[in-house]
Amino acid sequence: MSAQNLSILDTLAFNDEGYMTDRTQWTEEVANAIAEDEGITLTERHWVVIHFARKVFAETKDSPTLRQITKQTDVSMKEMYQLFPNGPAKKAAMIAGLPKPTGCI
Amino acid sequence: MIKTKTAPIETETAPIEFEPTQLGRRKKAETKKQRKLCIICSKGSLDMAYPPLILANAARMSGIEAHLFFTFWGMDIITKAKADDLHVATVGNPNMHPMFHIPTMLGGLPGMSTMASNMMRTEISRLGFPPVPEFLDMLHDAGAHIYACQMAMDMMKLEKNDLVEYAEVLGAMEFLEVADDAQIIFV
Repeated sequence: MSAQNLSILDTLAFNDEGYMTDRTQWTEEVANAIAEDEGITLTERHWVVIHFARKVFAETKDSPTLRQITKQTDVSMKEMYQLFPNGPAKKAAMIAGLPKPTGCI
Repeated sequence: MIKTKTAPIETETAPIEFEPTQLGRRKKAETKKQRKLCIICSKGSLDMAYPPLILANAARMSGIEAHLFFTFWGMDIITKAKADDLHVATVGNPNMHPMFHIPTMLGGLPGMSTMASNMMRTEISRLGFPPVPEFLDMLHDAGAHIYACQMAMDMMKLEKNDLVEYAEVLGAMEFLEVADDAQIIFV
């Protein structure tokens, strides 16, 4: 964990579950820092999901469910669990600077 | 410029602690023990098939280990020939939603259960939930474990290849070994 990334996260507000509270401050650099804090190194495939999640949120004001992500992008369910282990939809929303998804599926 | 006399610093008191700041990402507490959920699915009607599947999927989405043990009527859920054609009971079911409300006397007419089941399937898909076979595939991809009860298979004269290919056949005692340390739900 680099000192530089830590300092980015230290300048932003997060709720106690680790989700950003001010979406407008999200940048790709922030996403990288959150991912690193979660032990994930972002690849091109992660970005497909992150950009999709932000697009959905902009349209619906809700973070996408895992099923929405796997249905509407070319990322499969299996791949989602590989990209974002231990809670794929939650981790994706977290890194995309969005609130925790509320859908059941 | 008004000069005010500042109070002398009290060196004896404890140093002022910093207010907890809103900024920065909360450091996660040391990882607690991995949670594990075991669901025993003993019912095979359409309305009783979804709750355990939804719960197991929610568990996987939350990073919780999920194990599904299918037994008795629940076997229909993982039987390839039946999974896509589960029915809801229209006779003797006091919970028929007003939307599909069917009086018991009419519920026994031919086709009633099929009609009610198709209506329920439509509602389920409208909510974005997949049909049962696709749901099982999804759970398998999500890393949930699917087990079939050996005794129920014998009773219903089912072979391993009548079931979805990723179902593992287990006896009750073996399941209890799998379920060691887990939270168990019986549906």
